[in-house]
Order: sequence, then structure tokens, then C-alpha cells
Amino acid sequence: MKISLFITCYNDTLFPETGRAVVSVLECLGHTLDFHPGQTCCGQMHYNTGYQKEALPLMHRFLEMYRDVETICIPSSSCVAMMRDHYPKMAEQSGNPEIQTQVKSLLPRVHEFTELLVDKLQVEDVGAFFPHKVTLHTSCHSIRSLHLSGKPEKLLGKVRGLTLVDLPDSDHCCGFGGTFSIKNADVSAAMLAEKVQHLLSTRAEICTAVDNSCLMHINGALHRQRAGMRTMHLAEILASVERGNDHER
Amino acid sequence: MSVRVGRAAEAPKFPVAAKRALGDTQLRQNVQNATDIIRNKCKRVVEETPDWEQLRNAAHEIKSHVMRHLASYLEEFESACTKAGGHVHWAQDADEANRIIVDIVRSHGQKEVIKVKTMTSDETQLNPALEAAGIAPHETDLADMIVQLGEDKPSHIVVPALHRNRAEIRQIFLKKMKLAELGFQPQDLTEAARRYLREKFLRVKVGISGANFAIAETGSVCVVESEGNGRMCLTLPEVLISLVGIEKIIPTFRDLEVFLQLLPRSATGERMNPYNSIWTGVTPGSGPQEFHVVLLDNGRTNILADAQSKETLHCIRCGACLNICPVYRQTGGHAYGSIYSGPIGAIVTPQLQSMEHSQSLPYASSLCGACYEACPVKINIPEILLHLRDKVVGKGDDPVVERVALKAAAFALAGRRRFEAAQALARIGQRPLVHDGVISWLPGLLRGWTAVRDLFAIPKQSFRQWWAEREKASKS
Repeated sequence: MKISLFITCYNDTLFPETGRAVVSVLECLGHTLDFHPGQTCCGQMHYNTGYQKEALPLMHRFLEMYRDVETICIPSSSCVAMMRDHYPKMAEQSGNPEIQTQVKSLLPRVHEFTELLVDKLQVEDVGAFFPHKVTLHTSCHSIRSLHLSGKPEKLLGKVRGLTLVDLPDSDHCCGFGGTFSIKNADVSAAMLAEKVQHLLSTRAEICTAVDNSCLMHINGALHRQRAGMRTMHLAEILASVERGNDHER
Repeated sequence: MSVRVGRAAEAPKFPVAAKRALGDTQLRQNVQNATDIIRNKCKRVVEETPDWEQLRNAAHEIKSHVMRHLASYLEEFESACTKAGGHVHWAQDADEANRIIVDIVRSHGQKEVIKVKTMTSDETQLNPALEAAGIAPHETDLADMIVQLGEDKPSHIVVPALHRNRAEIRQIFLKKMKLAELGFQPQDLTEAARRYLREKFLRVKVGISGANFAIAETGSVCVVESEGNGRMCLTLPEVLISLVGIEKIIPTFRDLEVFLQLLPRSATGERMNPYNSIWTGVTPGSGPQEFHVVLLDNGRTNILADAQSKETLHCIRCGACLNICPVYRQTGGHAYGSIYSGPIGAIVTPQLQSMEHSQSLPYASSLCGACYEACPVKINIPEILLHLRDKVVGKGDDPVVERVALKAAAFALAGRRRFEAAQALARIGQRPLVHDGVISWLPGLLRGWTAVRDLFAIPKQSFRQWWAEREKASKS
């Protein structure tokens, strides 16, 4: 299958290893990938901070760029949620029927990474090997907006050597919330403290998720506290194979 | 018209008030213990209800219907209630409502009132208005009484004294009830409250209540509660005054079937409220012989006029969104500066006050979506928060630094060359801050981030650069 990547602006800039892992997993499964260098951002940061006007051209840009693409893979549930939850309303408010049609036609072709694997490609075992104790932070958008519950678990369950341990209150927000973590830094820090407490109680080595935004937030605290745990995007775990672990930091 | 939501206009901004609350470890313990207990109870009784989703949808539909025809349902209520012997008053704002109520109490020459289940009276600041008129208000809902005796403010819309634990409540009782001694057990405390309140129930001649529902068809008013203090407050006085927000209207008696299943399960985790009081006008020889309803607008019609957020008025004040909210969990209710706290407060308060004095509230959420999921009437709170944030920015009330940063980001994201240039620039700009691949201090607005978190440096090669290199290699 021909799959077009929308890698997202922050993965592109801050977490290129996640993008490389997505490429590795999908290519190993025999799919052809495509990356349009004109892609930037879905508009989530602007939209969520109250700059809806500024988010609109970013939606237009996305629609234009992926108009004729068959399947889009996005390794970030919050960006997919931005599109599914808000693009239809943004299109409606634009009053432009053509934009509305474009959104309607495009959204069914947009897939979050684990959704693409489990639902569309019907793959659960990608042949990964990762002999570590892992816990899963079920990020807010992944469970409440995309209803991914169970999919990351299925994929992780098939990784050889991996021990998946339950995270208490795994559905509690880590406190990131985009600009929330800056505008309400103290409350965000308190939420993060509770998340870290739960994480450490699992005694896992790795905390994974389908959103690097949450993981960046969580890892920021883990590293500051020298807590002995680190974060990894789920794609990077799936890209790990026996001998030669290309996708670890 | 002057709309007022308690003293929210004088409250500090949310991040400031929240910081204060976060330092109070006792408060945080109390809030987390209490919300954990309620949340788990609610979860059990919601999960055992097979048609929960249908009930939620039905409630959403009923409320949407009411809001489309609010004027006619209010008039229907007025005529039915009047026919049953009640008096209906219309109040445009808080001051008018308070004036009407003070006048009624005065006309009976009374110097005291007993009150129950009326958050709306906190919204209008009725107690100070009564006191100014020489009338002493006594709260009779146990939690409201604790708040009143503690000279405190409510911190939760269903459990107003949720931020207090047993030891603190005992201390308040000892001091304010002038008791020589008092045990430590819950029974001891309720016994003390019972003795204190019973005397008032039997003596005071005017009662003031709120309402959970006002039924247009029959002109009835409904109050649900757990203690029975409400039942006494609603039946023992000679005169009863109910202060009712205009959004509390439901069309028919039958509609209660939906709401009386949703409300207790979402509010206190009970299948049914222990006390469901429904009364219609006056009944000769039984209960209060004079009944007044004060229908209050106080900004509600402003909300109704905004198609994107009028759903806010569907709220049945169950508090489920507070109990589930990870922000409320850390800060408690006082940080919201309003009688309406938590996610619902973050959308109600700014809208009632037409965004004046409460621009920080729509940002008091990480947008995790737990509130929308828990809401028994399916109010899309995150969506409304975003709408209100857009309004804050539209009015130019956002901080200047933030505006510049987001406009610059919008510019950088608008094209490939710009974006790539910004990536390169960021990589260079971070250099003085990076030590061993990590940034541990950031200036200005971002300082809060690095207060408790490290940030990994931007890697040398972006994904797009890696991809381009790979493409080039595969072609050569």
C-alpha cells in the first residue's frame, strides 16, 4: 500500500527518531512511503490556544497537500484528534462548500499510526524484539478522542521479550495540554508529579505512548529527577529488532 | 443590567489562585480523597445502567429542545405555578433577585431565614444582601452550614465543604456552636449539627431554596438531596421562596424520569437521591402557605444567544466534571474564584460575566476531555473552552508575549522554506542553553516549564533532512 506520512511539526523537529521508526516498521511490512516536504503543522497549538484564525491556513495547507493521497499516517494522536474533532467545524465556519467537501473526503483517509496498523493493515505482530519492562501512558486524545484503547496494548503484546506492566490511573492526563503547561505551569507540574509517582510505582524501564508531546513532558520530569526511567514513542519499540537497535536514543 | 457571579469579579487570576492552593497540602489531600471516593461510587452506578448512553442522549435532546423554546416554557411555568397558588417573580440580574427576596422577607416582618440547596443565591450574593437588610440567613444543608460557620467559601457545586476533613469540621463546630466537648466520630458531628439545625427548622418562618428542576407543564419545583434537611426547610416554614435560574426548566413531569436517573448517579454515586421533593404551588393545611418563585436571568440569556456555547445552559449541576477533572483534583474549587468551579465553572463564570474579569478561566484546563466523557447531559466542555479562548484572543486580552510568539509561529508554519529556516534558527538559538544535550533553564514565559522539567536539545538532523538524504542516496 502507498502510505503518505504526515510526521507532524514537533516530531519532525524534536523527535526525528520516531519518524524513522514509523518508516522502518511500515517499510518492513512491505508498504511504500511518501513524505511531502511541504508539510508543516495541523494547527493544533494555535487552535487550542485561542488562535483559531491562525489555525485555518494550516488546515488549508494540509487539505491542499494531501488532496490526492490514498492513505495518511500520523504518529501523533493529538494531531489526528485536532483534525477529526475540529476540521469539520472549521470548514463549516469558513462557509466554503469546497473546503467542507475536501475535509469530508480527507478525514477517512487519515490514520493514527497504531490505528493504521491494527485496523487498516490488520497487523498486530510487526516482528519486533524489545526485552524490556514497559508501561503505557494512555494519552487523553488517544483514548477519549480516537478511542484507541486496546490497540497499542495489542501491538505491544506481540513484541517479543517485552513485559507490559499496568500503569495505575493510566488515563489521567499528564498535565501537558500544549500551552497549558506554560500558562498554568504550576498546576501542570502538580499533575505531572502524580503521573510520575504512578509511573515509578510500576518499576518499568520505559514509559511509552502514541504521543511524543505527552512523552516529552513526562520525560522532562523523569530526566530532571534522574528517576531511572525514560520514555519512547510506541513506534520506536515496534521498530526495535534483535541485534542492532537503530531507533534508540 | 449588572450581572454578578458571586465575587468572581474580584478573584485573582486562575494561575495565581491555583499556585496558592497547590501549596496547601491538607486541602489537596482532602480534595483528592473526596473526589476519588465519589468518582469510584459514580463509576459503579453508571456502569450498571445499561441504557446510560440513551439516557445521556435523551437529556441532551430535552435540554436542547428547552433552550430553543425557553421563553414559552417559562411562561407556561409561570401560568401553571400561579394557578397552583404560587407567586412568580422575574429577575433580570442578581440585584433584582436579591431585592425581591429581601422585600418578601420584610413584608412578613421576619429577621431570620433558613436556606437550603441554593447555589444560585451564592451567585447573586443573597446572604450579604439579607444581612445588610438586618435579616440573618441560616444555611441548613450540612455542607453549606459548615462553609457558613467556617466563614469559608464553597469549593464544589455538590459537596461545598469537600475541601474540609472531619477534624477541621469538628474544630469549626466546637468553636461556632460553642460546645464544651464533641466526639471525633461522624455520628458525633452529625448529632451536633442536628441539634443546632433542628431548633432553627422549628422556629424560623421563612425558607429559601434553590431548584434542581422547574416543570413547565405543572408549575412544580423539584429539589433533590441526601440529608432530609432540605425536606424540612421546604415543608416547615410558613413562607417558601425558591430562587430558580431560568435554565432549570424542563417541559413535562415525565421528563424527570430521565434526569432523576442521571443526576444522582453522576452527582453522588447513588441510584436514587434519598430525598426527592417536588411541590406545586401551595396546599391548604400542608406545608408553606405562601410560595414564591424568583426566575433569574443574570446573564443566562447572553449564553443562550451564543450558538457555539449555549449548551452550557444544559448543566444540571451534578459536579461529575469536577470529580473527574485532573486540574480540579490538584487545585480544589476556590482557585476558580467562583461558586461554579471545575470545568463547568470555567465555562459558566466567564460567559455569565461576558468574559469580564475571568479571561484566565477558559485556560484552566489541559483539554483532556474527561469532563465531556463524564457529563450526563453531554456538554462538550472542551469545545466550549476553545470557543471562549478564541473570544479572549479576539478581544485582545491574551498576553502580548504569547500573541507575538503565536503569530511568529503561524508565520513560520505557513511555508516549507520558512519552516525549515525556523528549525535551523532554533537549532542555533538553543546553543547557549544546552548542556550535555539537555536544556534545564529557559527564560521568560517558558521558565515554568524548566522549573520542574528538563528539555532535550533539538537533534542535529530533522526528520525531513534524514528523508531527503535517504532519497538522494537511493537515487544515486
